[in-house]
Amino acid sequence: MTIWQVIILASIAVLALKLVGYLVPPSLIEKPLPARIAGLLTVALLSALIVTQTIGAGQDVTVDARVPALLVAAGLFAVRVPFILVIIAAAATAALIRAVT
Amino acid sequence: MLVDQPGGATTRAPRSAERAAAIRASLGVALAVSAYGFSFGALSVASGLDIWQTCVLSLLMFSGGSQFALIGVLASGGAAAGGAAIAGAALLGTRNGLYALRIAPLIGGRWPRKLLAAHWTIDESTAVATAQPGLEGQRTGFWFTGGLIYLGWNLTTFVGALIGNQLGDVSQYGLDAAAAAAFLGLLWPRLKQLQPVVVAIGAAVVAAVLTPWLPPGIPVLMAAMVAVVVGVTNWWGAKA
Repeated sequence: MTIWQVIILASIAVLALKLVGYLVPPSLIEKPLPARIAGLLTVALLSALIVTQTIGAGQDVTVDARVPALLVAAGLFAVRVPFILVIIAAAATAALIRAVT
Repeated sequence: MLVDQPGGATTRAPRSAERAAAIRASLGVALAVSAYGFSFGALSVASGLDIWQTCVLSLLMFSGGSQFALIGVLASGGAAAGGAAIAGAALLGTRNGLYALRIAPLIGGRWPRKLLAAHWTIDESTAVATAQPGLEGQRTGFWFTGGLIYLGWNLTTFVGALIGNQLGDVSQYGLDAAAAAAFLGLLWPRLKQLQPVVVAIGAAVVAAVLTPWLPPGIPVLMAAMVAVVVGVTNWWGAKA
């Protein structure tokens, strides 16, 4: 598969899922179980992506400057610093560590 | 908020006040969210996509979580991980379908209008719409938030991609660490109850343990099973 095909197919899938909500009667899926699973799916996927982005290196696992950068980000999110500033601080942390080591 | 007059009529002034309140909320949210677009654009080119691919993704997919997931998987696995990248983006997009159920009753008109509404059905437009007290404010909030973010998100994606493209070796600037921080920012507001916290920890452990053994992208999909198991059993859930 080429990158372009991945982009087009994934975009169609995401739009189709949005359209589902306009096509089906709400009574069919607006029940506690599907709503709960959809909410938790988002949490599980984001959490797993954080892990693979922080310690993943292709198919290997490694601890490098990304780990302290993520800890800095967590600390800043905890004290409600705006998203874009946290991202910059995380990048700066990793860049600084790499520059001095 | 609509004000009931004696006799049941509603005045015109509160109606436009309702609309004005919705527009104010839309502007604030759109400004904040559009700023994410810079990081998405920069991270996307860092993940190996070119500027055009990055911009088409924001124009066509228009769902931040799914877009970050897609480039995250492509960054570690390349085009070979395309299947897992599509599955990850789609799974993160399932919540938009549930949002659409809430928004659908607000959207009248023909199919082109509904299609546009569907495309703009995201976390923020749903959040602003459902936070408005009256129907008029909900409609206004949905269309303004969706439209303003669509403009802002695509503009900042393009600028971010241009900047990212100039940087060259991105790990020198810590952009790879910024990707994890971006996911954390999307996750953070969802961790207000015990159940999602347990799922987040469980999914993190599953992803970490499986990463050395499975191709890139697949551990993330396996971690999604934690959500299904906890969702079905409703372990650690709030008592109904």
